[in-house]
Amino acid sequence: MTMNNQDQSTFTGNKALQIEEALSFEIGGFDRTGVDFPPAEDRPNRLGGLGRDSEIGLPGLSEPETMRHFVRLSQKNYAIDMGPFPLGSCTMKHNPRLNEKIARLPGFADLHPLAPQACAQGALELIDTLAHWLQELTGMPAVAMSPKAGAHGELCGMMAIKAAIVARGEGDKRTRVLAPESAHGTNPATAVQCGFTVEEIPGDATGRVDLAALKEKLGEDVAAIMVTNPNTCGLFERDIRAIADAVHDAGGYFYCDGANFNAIAGKVKPGDLGVDAMHINLHKTFSTPHGGGGPGAGPTVLAAALADFAPVPYVVHRDGEYHLIETESANSFGRLTAFHGQMGMFTRALAYMMSHGKDGVAQAAEDAVLNANYVLARLKAEITPAFDGYCMHEALFDDRFLKDTGVETIDFAKAMIDEGYHPMTMYFPLVVHGAMLIEPTESESKRELDLFCDALLSLAKRAKAGEAETFKAAPVYAPRRRLDETAAARKPVLRWTPAANAAR
Amino acid sequence: MRYLPLNDADRSAMLKIIGAAKIDDLFCDVPGDVLNVGFDLPPHAGELDVERALGAMAAKNRAASDGPFFIGGGAYKHHIPATVDHIIQRSEFLTAYTPYQPEIAQGTLQYLFEFQTQVAALSGMEVANASMYDGSTGCAEAALMARRITKRKKAVLSGGLHPQYGAVTRTNLELLKDEVVAAPVDVSASEDLAAMIDDETACVIVQTPDVFGNIRDLAPIAEAAHAKGALLIAVVTEAVSLGALKSPGEMGADIFVGEGQSLGNGLGFGGPYVGLFATRQKYLRQMPGRLCGETTDADGKRGFVLTLSTREQHIRRDKATSNICTNSGLCVLAFTIHMTLLGQTGLRKLAALNHEAACKTADALSAINGVEVINKSYFNEFTLRLSKNASDVVDVLAEQGVLAGVPGGRLWPGDPGAENLLIVAASECTTDADIKAFSSALAESL
Repeated sequence: MTMNNQDQSTFTGNKALQIEEALSFEIGGFDRTGVDFPPAEDRPNRLGGLGRDSEIGLPGLSEPETMRHFVRLSQKNYAIDMGPFPLGSCTMKHNPRLNEKIARLPGFADLHPLAPQACAQGALELIDTLAHWLQELTGMPAVAMSPKAGAHGELCGMMAIKAAIVARGEGDKRTRVLAPESAHGTNPATAVQCGFTVEEIPGDATGRVDLAALKEKLGEDVAAIMVTNPNTCGLFERDIRAIADAVHDAGGYFYCDGANFNAIAGKVKPGDLGVDAMHINLHKTFSTPHGGGGPGAGPTVLAAALADFAPVPYVVHRDGEYHLIETESANSFGRLTAFHGQMGMFTRALAYMMSHGKDGVAQAAEDAVLNANYVLARLKAEITPAFDGYCMHEALFDDRFLKDTGVETIDFAKAMIDEGYHPMTMYFPLVVHGAMLIEPTESESKRELDLFCDALLSLAKRAKAGEAETFKAAPVYAPRRRLDETAAARKPVLRWTPAANAAR
Repeated sequence: MRYLPLNDADRSAMLKIIGAAKIDDLFCDVPGDVLNVGFDLPPHAGELDVERALGAMAAKNRAASDGPFFIGGGAYKHHIPATVDHIIQRSEFLTAYTPYQPEIAQGTLQYLFEFQTQVAALSGMEVANASMYDGSTGCAEAALMARRITKRKKAVLSGGLHPQYGAVTRTNLELLKDEVVAAPVDVSASEDLAAMIDDETACVIVQTPDVFGNIRDLAPIAEAAHAKGALLIAVVTEAVSLGALKSPGEMGADIFVGEGQSLGNGLGFGGPYVGLFATRQKYLRQMPGRLCGETTDADGKRGFVLTLSTREQHIRRDKATSNICTNSGLCVLAFTIHMTLLGQTGLRKLAALNHEAACKTADALSAINGVEVINKSYFNEFTLRLSKNASDVVDVLAEQGVLAGVPGGRLWPGDPGAENLLIVAASECTTDADIKAFSSALAESL
């Protein structure tokens, strides 16, 4: 492979379809705008003497310049619509465009959250219908719809647990939360945000919670455990009901991180496993687009023991009408957000669920698990699986196969970029050395998976054949080569300034 | 099922390579008695059927564009240029993940950097993050940040703060056993917040324009807060107002929190929206959320990466500044495109038109018997005191096709002092005919 110095050969620095693009501030002018308005009347203002005198300092662009700016930027992104995006634990599945169309119907998209309830009956019906689907799929009696993302849903569940414990008069006593060492970082962060301290539960040799170790840590000061199931190693917690029983016997609650619910949706009801609270990432399991990092939505299902403590608002269907209850009852732990949650994600998720139906939801879970096991089976001769046996919806590998090659997980990931793939999740979960977590999802065809596996096998062989330099240099075909993250953190430049521009 | 590429032949061939006889062999770790239980749900449906069912629900709602519309209260009706929705639907933006692999995510990273620059400039602050979920959750995060900086455990809330912002903040702080002191509901912006700030106070949270539309001078409150070692958190729920009003940074705010929905993002029944969050450089490392920073690649070319992630949950876990992970990426993009189209020139014009529409609406309504405009100052939203219960009036007017505003009873249920209040918002979308329809319907209802 050649080093990528070809860009020297064009005057512009462009490489055909890869076009360099300046910041909007370097293109536009302070007096320019891409929006036409009628002139405002000349009248005295009523701004109380607090009108803005200073410059804002933001240039504008005409409409064609704006369009070109953002289209060029878009072409520097990888996306699920372009190819496999096997980020483990992130669930990058196909985003149906029907869902976009539904979300944009004026009755949903142009509806004010404080419109009189009589003018929003269809919106409340949609929330209630989605809630019913989520309750039925999880086998749980209640769901709080307002959490804005997965981590916000965790907060919702843990706040409900805290409120329940306080109501039992044990608020000062039960201060510890247990979470496996393989947990998402949001779990310990959430527990601390609720005023708990967090302790790690070790894993066993099979990649699952060590039940005996968990039992040792349980006691009268434990408020809850937070366990992801299927877990972040892509494995179903075999002892899940024993875990739930042990925690309940000790007087604590079982929070389940539902980030991986897509592996079992339509197959298993978490309510049957002893779960007390679980958030559902609509942007993972139910395909609402990730949008470059959000928005998400994290409705949180609650067991009967926690339902009374749910936040406001919630929807009640009574006498043929839908009512939005916005006033806190005595037990409610409060409010998580202004208004009622991520309506734009609710519309998309419900369109997805109705399209799949109960049969399609189960088939999607089965195909996701099948695809992951197929990748595992095809790769395991060259790339070392972290654990023995089948996986659920994601296959976890470690870096033993790269031993003494001079290639590390990150180099392997960057070489995948040159092959036209978004890399898998790397270095997570933390319990596995040099982790590579591959989640193909149900959206990949066998043909696409075969090419993907062939490409990874070829890379593994090349790494073992001593081509470390190629890996260290990768990527060479992406819009940028490796970026200096250390320099970015050492001397943070977090905004454009005219002075910096002048110095360029 | 149209979304699933595998067929039965593929599935059999794949199972064979895996070495499993049937699909449920792969689910062998699931206790057998809970696998494949029944679900009381309908089977799969075609595109047309789904569209009909959900279209019927949409048709039962009254969209803001359906007639005269004056509702604000933290979410505002504005015209969104067609370019915005076209660009955010591009696959490369819509179906990308968080930019964890920067070499193939420069599109997302560059617009995040542009967004941070825009938010910092609008708010008059030094650094902005790559967004929060929305304004209200940003408000709670700001209070938590002030608590970390000052190591104090008391927050003072202005009586002009949107009550749902107050509730979210209280829910978060009381969990940590902090003291939350809320000033009484302050319709006329006459509260003495300075007197409520003491040596225990971590922050004072003030909204401007406040929930009643009054424009607040933050400078004296900033001075009072700083004298006691407390921080001033400025909340702005109407981002367009930043085009017309002194910025929170100019008035001495330490943390700025905003709701960015007004730029590029529709009403959407309350979400998803985009939280704006900015602060002083010296508090950078206590900020929650993602930050995008400039750097160079191996060839020396400028590029962007997520940075300072040692503040964040995926690195710092239980010592993170916040548990936030997913934020409002695509809503950020919508905001950034709209703001790029406007530029400062367009934003100033837009703000002027909003103010003009509000002034005209207030003039028309204040001429009605039984209507009093409370505000001495306002931007595009103001509050009326009516001669009767505002919720009843709103319901009557809604039946006539006029969405009149937010009645006090909706935001302060059970508070008799709020019952007759009606919060009214206008914008560039408001026409003279809308104002006329509203004022005649209101006059008739009183």
